[in-house]
Amino acid sequence: MLIRAANGSYPIGRLKSEMDRLFGDLYETVASNAPFGLAGGRAFPALNLWEDDKTLYAEAELPGLTMDDLEIYVLGDELTIKGSRQATEGEKVTFHRRERGMGPFSRVLRLPAPVDAERVEATLRDGVLSITLPKEQAAMPRRIEVKG
Amino acid sequence: MTTEMTNKPEQAEVVRAEHTRPGRHYRPNVDIVEHSHELVVLADMPGVSTDGIDINFESGTLTIHGKVEDRGREGVNALLSEYGVGDFFRTFRVSEKVDSANITAEFANGVLTLHLPKVEAVKPRKINVDAK
Repeated sequence: MLIRAANGSYPIGRLKSEMDRLFGDLYETVASNAPFGLAGGRAFPALNLWEDDKTLYAEAELPGLTMDDLEIYVLGDELTIKGSRQATEGEKVTFHRRERGMGPFSRVLRLPAPVDAERVEATLRDGVLSITLPKEQAAMPRRIEVKG
Repeated sequence: MTTEMTNKPEQAEVVRAEHTRPGRHYRPNVDIVEHSHELVVLADMPGVSTDGIDINFESGTLTIHGKVEDRGREGVNALLSEYGVGDFFRTFRVSEKVDSANITAEFANGVLTLHLPKVEAVKPRKINVDAK
C-alpha cells in the first residue's frame, strides 16, 4: 500500500495504480452483491479515497438515500457500505426510462491502513456521503531522527 | 420544404447549447414514469444544492442543469478515483401533451423530481354508465 502511494506522484506510477485498480475491481465486484451491478462490472457505490498522514477520507455518491437507508461498518482496515434504495413510484406505472438503480447494495473496501473505528465520522448531504477515518496510531508515519 | 429549413436552425441552437462553466459535465441518470395524470421525471444529481438547479422549458425542450459545488480536497493524496465530479446537464423533448405552464419541481437528497402534468384532453376519464 505504501508503494502505491509513493508511485502515485509519477505518471508511470499512476498508470500502474490505475491498472491495479482496474483488475482489483474485477475481483471486488464478485464479492459485493449487486443488483445495482452495472455495465462494466463496476461495484456500487463508486468511491473516491484520499489520505494524508493522519486520516483517510472516503466519498461516495448515493442520491436518494438518507442515513436511515445506510449501514456503514468499520473493522480494522475494512470499510463496509451497505444500504438499500427504495423505489418512490408505485407498482402499476409505466416507465419510459429506467436508468437509476434500485434495491439493496453492499460494498466492502480494503483500506490501505487500519483505522480507529471509534473516531470514524460520516455525513450524508445532498446525496454525497463523506466518511472521515482517522488512522490508528500505529499506522501513522513516524519521523525518525538521524543521530549524527 | 421551406418550412423545414426555417425550423431546423432553431432546434439545432437548443440542442447544441454551449456549457459556459469549465469542467466536465455529466448526464444524470433519469427515470421517467408515466402516471395517469402526469409524467414524473426523477434525476439523480448528488452534490447539487437547491439553488444550483436551473430548469428551462423552451420550444418543447426541457433542459436540466445542476451546478455542483467544488468538493476538491487540498493537501491529500488521491488513492482511489472511481468517479469524477462535475455539473449535471441533460435535455429532453417534451411532447405537446404536457401542460408546460404547470410543471413543478422538488429537490431532496440529491434527487430532482419534476412533475409534468398532462394536458386535460389526454387525462383518462372514467365514464359512468347509467342503467336505464
